[in-house]
Amino acid sequence: MAKVLPIPSTPPQSAAASMPREQLRTVIVGHVDHGKSSLVGRLFHDTGSLPEGKFEAIKAMCERRGMPFEWAFLMDSFQSERDQGITIDTAQIWFKTAKRDYVIIDAPGHREFIKNMITGASSADAALLLIDAGHGVQQQSRFHGYLLHLLGIRQIAVLVNKMDLVGWSQARFDEIVGTYSAYLGGIGVKADHFIPISAREGASIAHRHPDLSWYKGPTVIEALDGFRPSLRASELPLRLPIQDVYKFDERRILVGRIESGRLRVGDRLLFSPSNKTAVVSSIEGWNQPPILEAHAGQSVGFTLDEQLFVERGEIVSHVDNPPVETNVFRGRLFWLGRTPLKAGDQYRLKLATREVPVTIQNIERVIDADDLSMLQGAEVPRHGIGEVILRARGMLALDESARLARTGRFAVSDGQNILAGGLIDMHGYPDQRQLVTVRATNIYMEAHRVTAPMRSARHGHAGGVLWFTGLSGAGKSTIAMEVERRLFNKGYQVYVLDGDNVRHGLNANLGFSPEDRAENIRRVGEVAALFADAGLIVITAFISPYRADRQRARSAAGESFHEIHIRADLATCESRDPKGLYKKARRGEISEFTGITAPYEEPENAELVVDTARESIEASVQAIVDYVERRFAQQAHGHG
Amino acid sequence: MDHLDQLEAQSVFILREAFNKIDRMAMLWSLGKDSNVMIWLARKAFFGHVPFPVMHIDTHRKFPEMYAFRDWAVREWNLKLILEDCPPVEEVDPSLPPAARSAARKTLGLKNAIRKHALTGIIAGIRRDEEAIRAKERVFSPRGDAGQWDFRDQPPEFWDFFNTDLPPGTHLRIHPLLHWTELDIWLYTKREGIPVIDLYFAKNGKRYRSLGDKDITNPVPSTASTLDEIIAELKATRTPERAGRAMDHETEDAFERLRADGYM
Repeated sequence: MAKVLPIPSTPPQSAAASMPREQLRTVIVGHVDHGKSSLVGRLFHDTGSLPEGKFEAIKAMCERRGMPFEWAFLMDSFQSERDQGITIDTAQIWFKTAKRDYVIIDAPGHREFIKNMITGASSADAALLLIDAGHGVQQQSRFHGYLLHLLGIRQIAVLVNKMDLVGWSQARFDEIVGTYSAYLGGIGVKADHFIPISAREGASIAHRHPDLSWYKGPTVIEALDGFRPSLRASELPLRLPIQDVYKFDERRILVGRIESGRLRVGDRLLFSPSNKTAVVSSIEGWNQPPILEAHAGQSVGFTLDEQLFVERGEIVSHVDNPPVETNVFRGRLFWLGRTPLKAGDQYRLKLATREVPVTIQNIERVIDADDLSMLQGAEVPRHGIGEVILRARGMLALDESARLARTGRFAVSDGQNILAGGLIDMHGYPDQRQLVTVRATNIYMEAHRVTAPMRSARHGHAGGVLWFTGLSGAGKSTIAMEVERRLFNKGYQVYVLDGDNVRHGLNANLGFSPEDRAENIRRVGEVAALFADAGLIVITAFISPYRADRQRARSAAGESFHEIHIRADLATCESRDPKGLYKKARRGEISEFTGITAPYEEPENAELVVDTARESIEASVQAIVDYVERRFAQQAHGHG
Repeated sequence: MDHLDQLEAQSVFILREAFNKIDRMAMLWSLGKDSNVMIWLARKAFFGHVPFPVMHIDTHRKFPEMYAFRDWAVREWNLKLILEDCPPVEEVDPSLPPAARSAARKTLGLKNAIRKHALTGIIAGIRRDEEAIRAKERVFSPRGDAGQWDFRDQPPEFWDFFNTDLPPGTHLRIHPLLHWTELDIWLYTKREGIPVIDLYFAKNGKRYRSLGDKDITNPVPSTASTLDEIIAELKATRTPERAGRAMDHETEDAFERLRADGYM
């Protein structure tokens, strides 16, 4: 085929000349009119990076509009942007310094186009944040700073621009540095540099300026050259979200991108949340030599030693250091929806390659990015920031963002458009992995020769679980003991499993971390199910704050499970404070105290609710006894 | 991982997302250096296969070398080819300047093909560094029911979460090369040994940097007659890639209008 030039696939000796150079992606953000576009123009001009004819083209566009030369036209390529003098959407442009290549991402400063700012900034390794020396720190200066933090950009240089317009004043510069450092400090961010510049005069961009002789720090170019491309962490635990499973030929290849860690042939892998395991047989590729190991950042394909049914969305890890499994988590998110985000709303959750329905269970905080105060109201407004509890129906595999950034973030969509992005925080919520993982194998259920109807007939009533849940101080133990006494006197086989009593024996090895609390409840649920199976009525009196835990207890006991919400509002419980625990919690002596520093998830479909703030203990006890007589005696008659 | 490894991994990730999410998809193949890299990346992503058709919207005004290359590559790379014609220029918006009007024929041809094959996804090899309007594109870019691009209100796209669900009647453009530069394309072409049409190599002091229709594409002055020389030339040049593409330069907004209407 004469027209096609055959090219050897092995690189020739003169490889150095054609080696790709290192590249850094830098976003420029800041309040509208603080000089982003002039800075970009100046960076290009001063490093000799302007494409040929570009300067002349911009000049012609400006003359056509009868306006002075406008650097913004370098990036503002939509006619509507040039005509209105406003950057609508993010753009990218390339330039180079002696050290390396740069992609400059221009992000709109207008609040209206914040979704485009996020789109541009989210892929950056570093950020330049501009503040006008005259106008000082403005609303969008703060909001952009907050968003950079949420987007995970950790290398930031703050450029105080238009220094020429404030007489190159060091005092003014120091004032802005003080104000803005304090703001960034409030969100846990420290800027790498504060640089006084004048984009118009070319001061501190590529060259130093005589009027800024008091400034000894780096120029913008020096600061940029000092930043590092963000590397994907190969040394962290393995996370490989499955993108797809291919069967183009005899191979069954699982594909995905390694977000962190390393994958080796022979590794035993754990798939979450299905909790299946298998061993890597091969790492597949095309037009490349065979490899035995792959690492973070690579898009890979691999085969397994056995045929597992796994789907897109599962997260691959090693058996050690797996991701968290949970059906509920807290997200700190930015909200881009046109209508406010409210509790009870249902959306689609995107978590790595997984996509599932999710409910906004609760909005814990709405944050004012301006002064970091908490806003009143239970809605996150458009362009707002909130801390929100999200709940899915099934198990999710995820990480805390502070531990593994790339599997510790999520997006929310309405089924068409992405409306929010956020970071995952699991504070106060347990990892449910231990609870759903069956460790022992080769266990078979042994069939009893005494049946449930035989037991009911003997006792005169069916067995069952009365699962009390409620805040500390709501009256669970008091009511449980009284209900037990009355039912016993009426001839029922009844027993109370009380929180403190169980912790003295069965659960003596458990503490109060979210994981231990969940395990505590899991064991109680299993024991209660055994009691019920034996034909007894068992009453459990535990706060049991998590819905997932109670759901598991319900699954263990089946139809004989009765959830009874012993309700009292927090203020009432705190005023009762029978064990003095609320006072200790308020003083910070008890960490993760339900209702104060840890969540209580109210039942959604309890079989019975008694409200001890409104009714007397006596009335509550009677309501439960009546409920038992109605439900259990009937069942007993039915079987008898 | 070097820079090319990172670009490749990102493109493979994008192609696999598109293949998983979109049922009826085709890859636009202009026969140029970019779409050849794109086909190569698909073979990387799908282990030697290209599991969707490649589509050539033929203006019948390409260079003979390009047609010869097409026929060779379809056999050699085992491609499913969709071949579609463009309507006559008389059917194209007469208010466009001449070269843009000629280019817009391809947009009409593309729209007809999308309708005919009921496609919901079009993979296109555009890059941000080619042209300032393209610099504002998304990786997954929604198109209206008439194929138009609502560039004033694009959806957010971050952390590789893509907007992949669309209302009926609309389609997605997927841009797996958006983050590449012209220099990256040549470095990768060399590293991987990807065949290219020899119109890109200089003859008599001129070469084509970008291949379009014969009548609206001009060669640029160059002595680069090997891959290494092209790479060296691009590292030094300040002449834009599309300097030889007439429709970009007729009026200030010609290219913006082309793209808003559905041009690649």
